[in-house]
Parts: sequence; structure tokens; C-alpha cells
Amino acid sequence: MSNDAASSSAGASAKPSRKPKYSKFTQQELPACKPLLTPGWVIAILMLVGAIFIPIGAIALLASNSVVEIVEQYETSCLPANITTKEARIRYIQDDTTEKSCPMTLTVPKKMNNPVYVYYQLDHYYQNHRRYVKSRSDKQLLDGASTSNSDLDSCKPLKQFNNTPIIPCGLIAWSLFNDTYLFSRQNSAPIPVNKRGISWKSDRDHKFGSTVFPSNFPNNLNRNESSSAFIGGAALNVSQPLSEAEDLIVWMRSAALPTFRKLWGKIETDLQAGEIISVNITNVYNTYEFGGKKKLVLSTASWLGGKNNFLGIAYLTVGVLCIFLAIVFFLIHYKTPRPLGDTSYLSWNRKGNVNGLS
Amino acid sequence: MFFGRNSFLSSQEEQPRTENGERIGHGPSRSSTGSRSDGSAHLDVSDPSFESFRELVSGSDLQSEVFGAPGSMQSENAPATARSRLFSVISSKGPQAHDRHPSSSSGAGGPALPAARTDARKERVVYVDNPGRTNENFEFSGNKVRTSKYTLISFLPRNLFEQFHRVAYIYFLLIVILNQIPQLAVFGRLASLFPLLFVLVVTAIKDGYEDWGRHRSDREENNRLSWVFQNGRFEPKRWKKIEAGEVVKIFQDESIPCDIVLLGTSDANGVAYVQTINLDGETNLKTRYARQESASKHPGLAPITGKVVCEPPNRNIYDFVAYLEIDDTQAPLGPNNIILRGCVLKNTAWIVGVVVYAGKETKAMLNSSGAQSKRSRLEQHMNKETLWLSFFLLIICIAGGVGMGKWVHDHDSDLNNFPYYKKRDTADKKFMYYGPFGEGVFAFLSFIIMFQIMIPISLYISMELVRLGQSYFMVRDVEMFHAPSNSRLQCRALNINEDLGQVKYIFSDKTGTLTENKMEFHSASIGGVDYSNVLAAKISGTSDSSDGMQVEVGSHLKSGVRLDPNLLELLQTEVTSSEATFVHRYMLVLAACNTVVPTRHSGSLQYQAESPDEQALVFAASAYGYTLLDRTTSTIVLDVLGEQKSYKIVGIHEFDSVRKRMSIVVECPDNTYKLLVKGADTAVMDIIARPSEQVESGSGSLADGHLQAGVLFATQRHLDFYSTQGLRTLVVAFKDLGQPEFEEWHEKYKRASTALVDRVKLLREAASLIERNLALLGATAIEDRLQDGVPETISSLRNSGIKVWVLTGDKQETAISIGFSCALLTPDMEKVIVNANTKELCVEKLKSAIREHGITETKDVHVVEKNLNAVKGDSTRKKQLALIIDGNSLVHALSPDVEELLFDLAVACRIVICCRVAPLQKAGIVSLMKRRTKDMTLAIGDGANDVSMIQTADVGIGLSGQEGRQAVMASDFALGQFRFLKRLLLVHGHWNYQRLAYMVLYNFYRNAVFVMMLFWYILHTAFSAQTALFDWNLMFYSLIYTSVPTIVVGILDKDLSHKTLLGLPPLYGVGQRNESYNSVLFWATMLDTLWQSLVLFYVPFFTFQGTTIDIWGMGCLWAAAVVVLVNLHLAMDVLHWTWITHAAIWGSIVVSFACFFVLDALTDKGFIAHYRVMFHMASTAVFWLNILLVIVVALLPRFCAKVLMQKFWPSDLHIARELELKNRAAISEFVKSSAPSPRMVELDDVPYSDKESKEDE
Repeated sequence: MSNDAASSSAGASAKPSRKPKYSKFTQQELPACKPLLTPGWVIAILMLVGAIFIPIGAIALLASNSVVEIVEQYETSCLPANITTKEARIRYIQDDTTEKSCPMTLTVPKKMNNPVYVYYQLDHYYQNHRRYVKSRSDKQLLDGASTSNSDLDSCKPLKQFNNTPIIPCGLIAWSLFNDTYLFSRQNSAPIPVNKRGISWKSDRDHKFGSTVFPSNFPNNLNRNESSSAFIGGAALNVSQPLSEAEDLIVWMRSAALPTFRKLWGKIETDLQAGEIISVNITNVYNTYEFGGKKKLVLSTASWLGGKNNFLGIAYLTVGVLCIFLAIVFFLIHYKTPRPLGDTSYLSWNRKGNVNGLS
Repeated sequence: MFFGRNSFLSSQEEQPRTENGERIGHGPSRSSTGSRSDGSAHLDVSDPSFESFRELVSGSDLQSEVFGAPGSMQSENAPATARSRLFSVISSKGPQAHDRHPSSSSGAGGPALPAARTDARKERVVYVDNPGRTNENFEFSGNKVRTSKYTLISFLPRNLFEQFHRVAYIYFLLIVILNQIPQLAVFGRLASLFPLLFVLVVTAIKDGYEDWGRHRSDREENNRLSWVFQNGRFEPKRWKKIEAGEVVKIFQDESIPCDIVLLGTSDANGVAYVQTINLDGETNLKTRYARQESASKHPGLAPITGKVVCEPPNRNIYDFVAYLEIDDTQAPLGPNNIILRGCVLKNTAWIVGVVVYAGKETKAMLNSSGAQSKRSRLEQHMNKETLWLSFFLLIICIAGGVGMGKWVHDHDSDLNNFPYYKKRDTADKKFMYYGPFGEGVFAFLSFIIMFQIMIPISLYISMELVRLGQSYFMVRDVEMFHAPSNSRLQCRALNINEDLGQVKYIFSDKTGTLTENKMEFHSASIGGVDYSNVLAAKISGTSDSSDGMQVEVGSHLKSGVRLDPNLLELLQTEVTSSEATFVHRYMLVLAACNTVVPTRHSGSLQYQAESPDEQALVFAASAYGYTLLDRTTSTIVLDVLGEQKSYKIVGIHEFDSVRKRMSIVVECPDNTYKLLVKGADTAVMDIIARPSEQVESGSGSLADGHLQAGVLFATQRHLDFYSTQGLRTLVVAFKDLGQPEFEEWHEKYKRASTALVDRVKLLREAASLIERNLALLGATAIEDRLQDGVPETISSLRNSGIKVWVLTGDKQETAISIGFSCALLTPDMEKVIVNANTKELCVEKLKSAIREHGITETKDVHVVEKNLNAVKGDSTRKKQLALIIDGNSLVHALSPDVEELLFDLAVACRIVICCRVAPLQKAGIVSLMKRRTKDMTLAIGDGANDVSMIQTADVGIGLSGQEGRQAVMASDFALGQFRFLKRLLLVHGHWNYQRLAYMVLYNFYRNAVFVMMLFWYILHTAFSAQTALFDWNLMFYSLIYTSVPTIVVGILDKDLSHKTLLGLPPLYGVGQRNESYNSVLFWATMLDTLWQSLVLFYVPFFTFQGTTIDIWGMGCLWAAAVVVLVNLHLAMDVLHWTWITHAAIWGSIVVSFACFFVLDALTDKGFIAHYRVMFHMASTAVFWLNILLVIVVALLPRFCAKVLMQKFWPSDLHIARELELKNRAAISEFVKSSAPSPRMVELDDVPYSDKESKEDE
């Protein structure tokens, strides 16, 4: 009488049957792959990972090693020898009257093919601090003076100055890095630094207006005329639209980590190994307040970016570890093989083992 | 003789039904506790309109009030209630009450009436055929119903209001509000609103859609037509326009539009039959009566003026108190005079009635409340772990807050000069600077906003969706479809699916659950002679019969009855021998003493019976020549061997669960009065005349002392024999009533049956007058066959570590014999039988059993469990124990000081059978186990008597059986047959549990790994609540990027095939032992989470330290890495890859990247910060190398742990998976040889069909 289970959906009965329609889907019988981590698979997977990772690690390490990098830390070495305390340093850096140029020489260790990138590197500088990251108005950077007042609220505490909106407003623009570097060869032939194209094209085209010019910018004030408290970093050229102020554009792309580099320019000639390059640094950016370091970096680039061995070493390590694990698992399996589906392992077949594992 | 008609045929039936009625009315807890010792307790106390009724007044108060005892004067002072006033009114005006209780009319009647007028809302007066007058005084609701919750206008506010009742949404809202505080605004305004808006909109759409369906059905319902008396004739009127007081006419097979009091019917006696399936699910016809006073004068015939005074609307569908005032007489109205909305008129040409409750005041509408909700075990555990997560959240937020405070404190003096901080603005005012402490507090709050998804709110929504999906599949499982009853599995509770995978105890009803509840007359013991020979030809029930009558029975009633040739022969002979006298009287009782209603359907006779036993008896009587032809309230017409005889019904004492017998007094054609009795043996044997008392019994020649003693002895022996065969027995007796005895009883009976209060009690007293010194006629044995596949199912369940307890109302012998036939008991078991009438004896028996079998008395559940497992492992104990305990012993054993003994003993036994238990005891046993163990309990039953048990158990399962649908209505899941339980638990329960357990762990991981990754970053942002991830990525993470795969896997992943699970029942133990979700796994997952979050953060960190990477670029990398990692983590754990799983997981990753790029390309103000970042990042090799490295390093420990676990401590599930992989042949071989089950499903037998179960019968 109840021979329902075996039959499929065939046949429409006279009275409406509530019998569920049979389909592989509703019966949860869709064809499926049921992977199982058998020892063979485990070893194969680990070997495969190892086989992929070790070459990648090696190539990454090679790439990193091919990068030539010159790093010169200068925030203390550019100070006069008699200035040692924090207060003195701050006083020194805020004093506009002293000459702050600082000549240095760099030796090129290996041949550096062009383009050689010139970076400045800051330490302990929390460009990722929430107050800082937020303190800008993307709308104003694009639209300029037409931006509504409420759109500028995010720029606080540097929204307006003398009751007039600052363009560009916000802490980030205000604290624009203003050390400069003049490179010359030993023979005092200047090495030109290309300051164009150091920012993202998308930023220049879509985020910084070509008709927006700096105005009421505190840094542009004469230091002697106003309180130094209003002067942050670099002044901006009022006749240059923001879309061309590439230093600003670079600076305003907030760094992710407290130690960061920013591209300052590109040297588009090769630097020969052993060559000595003199740099004239104007050391005016105040990092002494928070004890931050300043470094000048000249570096070539590989496909992997700058000099960083981490990726290569990590890949190599993981690759080797995987191979090692593969061998260990192989040995375990070899020494104490457990046949597939050994029913003596079932909890109700195991003697004295009541609960299995849990 | 109107009281005959209005004798409330079912007044005593209220007893079993009240349980049901109250269940509908109340929450689960009250179902069994509401006292129903008297009529008044039937009121629904939870109904707000009866608030004052609670202060009332036991039944006895009421009674005394009505019947004029001194207490009646209280009604002036005591908080008067609608009902008490109503009674006063009745008693003061009603002539019958008046006559009998003069004191009440002068005392209570006077003051009560004005009181009723001043507080008119307490009762309602409906003027018959005068809706205008009816409705001018009171605001009765119209008949328009609205089951929909919302209107267009109220939708938004009301839906929002309801949604915010959920704590989760409040949490969301608080977070959003916090985020609006400028100091705390971690996210953009819109972005922060998104998660809340998302869930609100999704839920609102769902609710709106459901409500739209209700709107449509409402509209349809409201526009149906009924014939309403207006302008002097019946005219069709839309349902929504019908008002209280109007007179409506309903024709056969029409639905009743509102609650109406019957005035007249097409039947001269005022009888109407209704089907109440929409109301209580019972399929049999119910009889309703029009009062004699009104039956002849409905509007069609003569103008009618009168009024119905009734109680205010309430939701108890089994009770109705009112009186009808017509032509200056008052007639009481009871539940048998009202037809409720939702019923359908059957077998009656038409009825006319007056509307008393309409629309939302109808009992049907008042009862339309939702099902109760339970919390699953897993979810309870999960909540504990959620608390841990909240604790973690608090810890990291405090850590962040303290860090911020300290940082600000350390740099306080320099802060204004920091290029990246600056606490004063250009006007030299402080800008959002509140000192170290204030900054710390604000940072703390910001972190809570930022890390909000640590509390996996989305998990609750996902779980609901997953359960919905699981139910979808469970309901559609073709192998749980029962063709004969055309029923699928029903999931009535949506939130305890996974509990099905953890059941440890099953409490099963017997009748209708293990058996089919299709009663077949098996044998008869008449006058001490056993007639159980079988005429094979008769079983088929077809024409091969000598007697024309039987042919008709066979062909029209379609029931095979086992006929005994000797008995047939005896019936054909003249009534001379005492043997023949016995037989004829016996058949008369079978045919007449019941509540079966014969109906004629296109010429053939059909019986409508509320009890299948009675139906079987009537069929049997009919087969032997006593055919029940017609039954009205006053007469029974029998076809006695071809001759029509009419018996006048003088009174009926209906069956109830206390008396356990039914008796009927008839006036025979020869004008003698006879009492016909049938009932349970315990209930009837006690009132059988003992040989020494014969003289006064007056039962004539039959009552010869010697003969009667012999009959008594033989019948008792036959009863014992029948019950050892597992048959259901009833004892049949009768008595000739002498005139004085009859008069005395009749007087009392008349009074009782018209009483308004305590009718049950009074009727019982009346019954006790005559139900004594009966002459024993014999006994009946009815066979109730086991359902298909019950033994297999039970042995599978037992093999899976589930303990099956059977709780039955049957006798001990019957229960034991059923126990054997359904493989519950096996011959090698040692039976411990506890029968004790006193508490001391009971304790003694329990103690000695415990001593004897060396059971450790302990409260420690784990030790007990070990014992259990030892039993299972068949090593330590010599013999398995089976406990058989009866209801009397349980009364004592369940008392608080003894229950521990019972528990210890019961837990040590493999099998427990409780016989002769009352419904409440069933619930008591279940709650004992619930209290004493942490194990999951499941109750399964099919009848009203199982309702309390079903509601008490963790999981309640109802079988849609013969006894109506109360059990189904109360259940969480409803099945067609007991055997489906195996599949429901072993397959679906297991899957549900595995899926949900994994899903919960995974969701904890998924959210926590993300939060921890964000947390590591704030350590590098000077504790400012800055995230590198773009706002929208943060919001989309748990809603879009990672939500779909977990839901899909939660619905579709399958660790083992159903064949393996059915073939190896012990695999079910995984759920019982909480192996897939427990605190060890939780903490392991959290450790893994910690590792993965560290890898996620620090691999990019070390890669990009001291580079030109910008914050959003870094964020892109992290977002991409975490999304890929989390999805691959899931992929690594998926066991069953269908194309849907592939689509979900890989699709999710693809969609995520698509979202990244879309967010990247938007140049709107809110998105410009992110413009082209992903594009720049994705074009570098480092980006991809980082993701690859993160994934491998993050997953490696988990991978190795998995491999090692599988190698050294393989779980049962893993071994079974290996078995599956090895090959199917190996499994089936293994299943045959080594699994501990004696009976195993053949794995090759695909699909598992119920055929195989037949062999056992």
C-alpha cells in the first residue's frame, strides 16, 4: 500500500498529491566532488606548495638584491653640533633667520640605472592618524572656492584662517614636507631631478582641480609677520593649480604606516658605481617635535618595487617548510600506516575508549 | 423531551478536549496545568478580557452563587465578573433555575441585573434579527477580518517597531547612533547606516511580501457571500458586512462566516453536523443543536424576537456560555449550540442562526496566534560563546582606549605642535581634545563602532536562512512522504533543526505512533466463551457471505471484520439459551453504546466516529447482524438481524479519561430501561456485580450467581490472554433498570444535564447511581497493527545510541508484548518490573532493583553516560536491563524525593516502558529527564494525550494520525509515520547539526579574524580608530563578500551520504556527544583565528614597511587578502562540492573583486578617496604575491592540524568518509559484518524503501 518511496515523480494522480517532486537537487543528490585529505593528497599538496614557493622566493630575493639603494639619515647630522636638546632643535628649526642648508656627499655603491628614484623617508610620523587622515576636503581639492562650508568641516582644525576658508584646507596640506635636495656630481655639474610625474595620474586628473589655486594658505604667510604657530610645512605656489602641485599630491596620499617614504623626484641619468654625489639639503621640516627621523633615499626599482628581502625570504622559508612537512608526513605515514577506512578506529569499536575525541 | 436533545452529548468530552482548547489558547506551559475539575476552569484565563475572572472564585463559589447557597450574596461585593453576572441573570430569569433555587432569584438576581447594565461590556446582548438594536448599545466588531498586520500607511512604522524588538537590531542601531557623534564618527554616515538598512530592508521586504499574501486572502474571505435575513427574506450579503444580531442561513457544504448560535436547522430535531477541520483539525463530524424553543420559529417561518445574552468574546473554542431569551422563556446555551467561524456545514441541508461574534471577535480569529518558539541547544551554547566574543571585544576596545589615553598623556605637551595632531585650531581654540582620559573614552567607543562585527549579528540572520534551507530539503525528501495519508514532513518550528542531530532520549507514545491506530475487531469473549476463530473469507470483506446484511457492510463500509462462524451461527438461532442471550445483549451494547454517527452518503452507510475503537466495534456488531442505522439525540435505530428496532435514548454518560467507561440508558422497544456499559477493564470490572450481590442487581435470569462467577473468571482470563497478544481490550456490561432506580437516576440526570455549572461533576454523580452491580457480558479485543518499519526503526535508533522509552496508556501485558513485537524488548533482556501502589513499596522496589543490578547511584551525568556506553559496548554488564513501570508507581516515583532513584534506575536501563500512564505523567517523565540530564529529549505522539509531552520535550514530533491533529499542532515537526523518524534523526538531524555547528564556528572565525586584523593596525596608528580599509569594504565584508558561501555550505554541505548514515547508526553519536560544536573547538578556532589575523596583518606590514604604500592601497591589500583567505578557509573545510558550492565560493571571491573595482571607479564625493587605488595595487606583482603568501601561511597550521588529527585521532565521521571513498561494496560488506546492529539496512537497497520492513510482520 505504501510503495511510494521508490517511485519517482512520474504519474499525476487524480487527487492532488503532496508528494514532493523528485529531483537530484531536492534530494540533495547533486553530483559532487568529495575531497578527502588522504596521505597521498597531503604530501602532494605540500610538495606542490614547496615547489611553487621556493622558485618564487629565489626570484624575489634576486630582484630585491638587484636594487641599489643609498640611504642617508640627516635630521641630526644636518644640525649644528652645539644643538643637542629637543627644545634647542625646535628653536633652531623654527627660526627662519638661520641658514639651514646642509651639504652632504653620497657614494654610489653600484651602478644605478636610470631612473633613480629620490625619496624622503620619515619615521614615527603618524600620517595614518585618524585626525590627520580625515583632515582634508577632497571636494575642495577638486572644486576649490566653490566648495560649500559644510564640506570643509572635515578640515578642522585647519578649516579657515582669519574667517576665510583655506585652500587647500586641512592638516595634511598644511603639514606639507618642505625639505629640498640639490644634487650635483663631483665635478659640480648639477644632476637634474625630474619632479614631474611623481604622483598618480589618476590623482592629478580626478582628485586635484586644474583650476584650483591655493589661497589664504597659512604657510604662504611671511613668517616674520605672523605667529609661527600658523606655519606648518611648505608654502604653495599660488599661481600653480593644485593638479600640478605634485609634491602636495604625493604628500596628500596618506601613508599607511608610521614609517614611510614619499617620492620626491626622479634622476633620469645613470649613476656610476663609486661615483660621489653631493647633495645640498635644506633641512627645514620640523620632525624634532616628535623625534622623527628624516632620511634621503636614492633607489632603483625592480619589478618587485624597492629593496625588501622580506618577501623572498618568507617565500623561501615557507617553501622549505612545506617540503619538510611533506617529508615528515610521508615518514609518519610510512612508519605507522593507517589503512583507509580502518573500522577498528570507529569509536564504538575501540576498546576502553568511551568518548572518542571531542 | 428537550433535555434529551440538549443533554450536551459531548459535555463530558470536554475533558480530553479542554486540554486541546487550552493549548490553543495558552502558551505551552499551561496546557496541562489548568485545572479542569469543574466547568468554570475551561475559561481561558490568559485572555485579557477575563482579567477579572482570575480573581474569581473557584468553581464552587460560582456554583453556590448560582444554586443559591449562602455564598450567593457575595456577588454584590466580590469583584463581579461577566460570567458570574451572566449566571446570575440566568439563574434569576431562567425558569428551571428559578424553580429549583428560589433563593438565588431573590438574592443574586435583583442586584446583578442593574450591575450588568451599568457595566455593559462584561456581557453582550444580541437581539435576534435586530442588528440595529444589537449594535446601538455596544461596539461589536463587524465581520470584516484582517489577518494582515499592516496597511499601506502603517507598514513602515509598525514593521520598524516590530523589527526593533530584536536585540540585534538595537545593537545595530546603537552603533549607528554612536557613529553619528562627531568625535566617534569612524565611518561615513551612509556607510555606517548600510548594515542596519540592509537587514531592515531585507526583513521588511520579506514581511511585506508575506503580508501581501494575507491581504489577498483577507480580501477573498471578506467578499464571500452568505444568505442574510433582511427586508423580509434571505438575501446574499458579503461577509464583511455581516453584523452581530443578524440572522444568517447557511447551506450544506458552505463555510460559516462568523460565530452563530443555531436557531433552527433543516432537521426537525434541530440537529446540524459540522466539520471543524479548520478549527481543531479533527476530521470527524460534530453534532450541533438548535434549541427546541427556537427550532420551529426561525425567520423563514415566523418573525422571531428574542435575544441572546452571552459572555464576551474569548478564545476557548470548546466553551460557550449564554442563554437565549425567546417568548419570555430562557434557554441555556452551551458549546453545542454555537457554530464557529471556519467550520463547514455537512450532511445538513441548511441551518439558520443568529450572529453573536463577528470578525475579529470570533473564536477562530482570537485563536490565530503563532506557534511558540524554542531555542536550540546549539544556539544556547552559541550564546555562551558569543558572550566570550563580547568579552574579547571589550578587551581589545579597552586596550585601544587605554593605549590612546597613554599616548595622549605621553605627548600632551607637544600635541599642538605635531604636524599630524594639532589640538588647537587657527583661532587657538581646542579642537576635539578632551585630555588623556576623555580621549581614551572616545577612543574606546570608537573602537566599539569599528569592531562591532566581532559580535556576529549577521550569524543570526544567516542561521535563520540556513534553517529555512534545511527545512526546504527536509520537507521535500521523497523518502519521508507517506502516500496513504498524503503527508510530508512538516517543519513547524524553524529554529531547532539542529536539535534533531543531538537527540539522546526518545519518548514515544504507543497507540497511533508505533501502531497504526487502525482498529480491527479481533476477538470477542462473550459470556465466558472466547470467539476468536476466523472466517478467512470474511476478512476480505467482500461478497462471499450468506447474509445479505453482511454483504452490505462489507461492500459499503469497506472494512474487513474477522468473523467467528460459531458466533454467527449462534446469532442466527432463537434467543433461548443463556449463551444466545449473552451474545445478543453483547451485540446490542456494541451497536448502541457509542457515539458513532451513521451518515448516508449517496446511499451507502458511513460511520463518523471520534474514536477508532468505537468504529471498529460498530463495524463488528454490524458484521454480526446488529447494524447501527441511525442515531439522533433521542433515538438509536438498529437493524437487528434484518428487523429495524428503535431504542429511545434516555441518557448518556459519555466516556472520559477519569471514568474510563461510557454508559447509555435506553428505553427498549418493549418499554424496559436498559443500561449499556462499555469501558476499560479496570473501570468496569470494579462495578460488576459480585456473585453475592446478585439479588439486588435485578438483571434477571442472566444474573445467576454461579454463572456470573464463571463468566467473571473466564472473562478475566480472556482479558489477560488478549493483552499478552498486544490487543486492546474493553469490557462490556449491561443492566436492566428497575423503575425506582430509573426514576431516581432520571431525576438527577435531568437536573445535571441542564445545569450550567459543574455539569460534569453532577453527571458523574448521576452516573454513579446506576453504574454499579452490572452484569458482565464479556470483553472485546481490538487489534491495532504495528506501523510499517517500526521494529527496524527502533533497532536503528537504539544502535545510534538513542534510548527509546515507550509511554503508553495500555496495560502492562499489552505494553510488554508490543515491546517485543517492535524490537524494543529482546528475550535476552532482564526485565525490571515496578508495580507499586504505595510510596514505600515503590521506593523499596526501585532501591532493590538498583542494588540488585549494581547501578551506581550518582548525580554525575558523565559517569552515568559512561555506564551507558559501557552497556552499549556490551562488555561490563552481563545483561541488558529493561524497566517496566506502571502509572500507579510513577505517581510515587515522580515525587521529588523519589525521582532520583527512578532516574538512576531508568538511565541504567536500555529500555523503559511506562504503562498505564496519564497524559500529565508523560510530560512528567519527560521533564524529569530534561531536568536531570543535559541530554536532548524528543517526544513523539499522535494524540491529544501526547500534547503535553510533546510540548515539554526539547523536540516535539507529532504524527498526523487518526486521532485528529492536536499533536501535530503542538509539535515542532510532524511526520506521516513513525519509521520516518529514523531518517529524520539519523540523516537530516545529523546533517543539520553538522552544518550548523560548522557554520557557527566558521562565522565566529570569519568575523573575529577580520576584527583582529583591524585591531593590529590600530597599534600602528597611535591608537586612533583609523582603518586602512575603505568604509564600504568594511561594511560589505560580512554582508556581501563572505556571507553567501557560508549560507550555501550551511544548507548544502554533506559530510556523509544518507546511505552511510542509515547504515551506521552509531555515527549519530557525534551529535549526542557535541563533537562538532563544543568549547574545545571554539577555543581552537579562536587560536587559529588569532594566528590567521596575525598573518593577515603582518605579511603586508613587513612587505610594505618603509615604502611609499598609502593607507588605502594597504587597505585594498588587506581587504582582498582577508576575503580570499576566509573563503578559502571555508573551501578547505567543505566536504561536498556541488556546482552550487563552487559557484558560491568562487563566485563570492569574484564578486568581491568586482566590488573592489567598482568602488575604485566611483568618483562621487564619498568614494573619491578610494579612486583608482585598487587599480594601482592590483597592477603590482607584490600585491598578488602577498595574497598568496598570506593564504598559505595562514592556512598551514590548520591544514597540518587537520592532517594530524585525521592521522592519529580520526573521528568516526572521518573513518566513515574514508569508507565511502574506498568503495561502496566495502561499506555494505562492513555494515553486514561488523556493525553492532542486528538488523541493518542494506546499503545497496536504493533507495531505502519501506518494503523491507514488511517482512517483520
